Amino acid sequence: MSGEAVIMMIVAIIVVWGGLVAGVVALHRHPDEPEDAD
Amino acid sequence: MELSAGVGAVLNGEQAMSQREQWGTRAGFILAAVGSAIGLGNIWRFPYVTYENGGGAFIVPYLVALLTAGIPLLVLEYTIGHKYRGSAPLSFYRMSRPVSAIGWWQAAVCFVIAVYYPLIIAWALRYTGFSLSLGWGNDPDAFLFENFLNVAEEPGFVSSYVGGVFWPLVIVWVIVLGLLLLGVHNGIERANKVFIPLLVLMFGVLVVRAITLDGASLGLDALFAPDWSALGNGTVWVAAYGQVFFSLSVGFGVMVTYASYLRRRSDLTGSAVVAGFANSSFEILAGIGVFATIGFLAASSGVGIGEVATDGLGLAFVAFPTIISTLPTAPELFGVLFFGSLVLAGLTSLISLVQMIVAAIEDRFNMARTPAVLLVGGGAAAVSLLLLPTREGLYILDSADHFINAYGIVAVALALVIAVAWVLRRLEPLRAHANETSAVPLGRWWLFMLGVVTPVMLGWILLDSLRTELAENYEGYPTVFLLVTGGGVVVGALVIGILAALPRWPEDRAAEEPVAWSRAGRG
Repeated sequence: MSGEAVIMMIVAIIVVWGGLVAGVVALHRHPDEPEDAD
Repeated sequence: MELSAGVGAVLNGEQAMSQREQWGTRAGFILAAVGSAIGLGNIWRFPYVTYENGGGAFIVPYLVALLTAGIPLLVLEYTIGHKYRGSAPLSFYRMSRPVSAIGWWQAAVCFVIAVYYPLIIAWALRYTGFSLSLGWGNDPDAFLFENFLNVAEEPGFVSSYVGGVFWPLVIVWVIVLGLLLLGVHNGIERANKVFIPLLVLMFGVLVVRAITLDGASLGLDALFAPDWSALGNGTVWVAAYGQVFFSLSVGFGVMVTYASYLRRRSDLTGSAVVAGFANSSFEILAGIGVFATIGFLAASSGVGIGEVATDGLGLAFVAFPTIISTLPTAPELFGVLFFGSLVLAGLTSLISLVQMIVAAIEDRFNMARTPAVLLVGGGAAAVSLLLLPTREGLYILDSADHFINAYGIVAVALALVIAVAWVLRRLEPLRAHANETSAVPLGRWWLFMLGVVTPVMLGWILLDSLRTELAENYEGYPTVFLLVTGGGVVVGALVIGILAALPRWPEDRAAEEPVAWSRAGRG
């Protein structure tokens, strides 16, 4: 793989998977009110 | 006997309506929404679209599209479903009576997709079995079209049935209807809680195997090497918005329906961000898996990536079997992982499509779940089994899929955003509603994205497709065949939407603020 391709693959992974992780963490920090508990 | 059971169930529906079904947990809702979004397109469309549109550079317009149209649209649908607490036609009816036509139009679009989509799942199910013995032999192309599908020479209508496709299709419908009969919490939610983690696990194992194949880096280089000049090309931006839009399952009421089963205190914006990024995360994973595998094929047969890269049915049912047969170790396992992933990705999307229509019928006729599922699911299954497992099924699928995507889904989504943003001017109250229960408030940028960016891009996608359409017959199919299976289906869905919206709903069900959502019910 060329250097540019490696960089773009890493950037894509970090941004998209990072976005998912950040979203999950943010949601986890704000649990819905008790009525939403299982 | 059937009649009496049906009437009894309908009467029970009175009770069912007073207490709308609910998701068990927030995670359950998000997994179901992700299951709806992750479909076959993530696996067989995204990798090739990326490769064709600038490789690594495509990530830029793709992310821009996700943030400026994809996630804003998801938030819109979640908020409509949550605020109005109804299926798409009921939610829109509560918003403004004439707009319920958009909801019924969406239901008709879902019906069309629900008729042909299971055919591909049925093929994938069969190919999961073929994987165990590499049953496609030395010439997967001939095997698919001649032995397995026995495709007719010319596009046309049903001439004879293909048993090898019919029975897997029956199995797919039995699974889907069985899960829907169990309900939102016990059926849809529980299925997605198993299917989605299993899908990620199976595809994850496949990706690990794929990137350790000889030539994998060749494929990944082709996928990610950026061509920055592509960013100056308008068609690349249309492709990015198109990919995000089609991949997320937005615009045709499925997400409105799923969000209508949320509890009152639900973080709508946060859920949309997670669902949107989860869908894209799987696309990136699929891109890596597919192109690493294609790289192996190119390297082992001594040709360039350009000669073997493809998408859609050709990728899944011709290229992948070819590759699987030449794998040095455990080809059977690789085949089961790949086709099993297609089955799971397809099933979770099909469930949401049928549920969208079931919910519409439940709400409109105050019908309980069981008769609604049997009526809607049974109807879709009957049409599906009548038309698709035939020698002409491939042509019908291809034409209906092309036209309903390019014109049905895009047009109904465009109508939706124009109606909500410009005709009814409801974006501001919807933003206020989302902000009531979401941790991160939506700024005014959301109004601009949905009021301006999204309709402009959807309009552009529509015009772009139309331009190609008018230049030549799709796939060179006969005009009459295209007019019936393509144009007829698209126009039919619109007409059905308008006709279904004409009768008035009973007043008690049409009240704008659903009873359980009234102030008195809060706190």
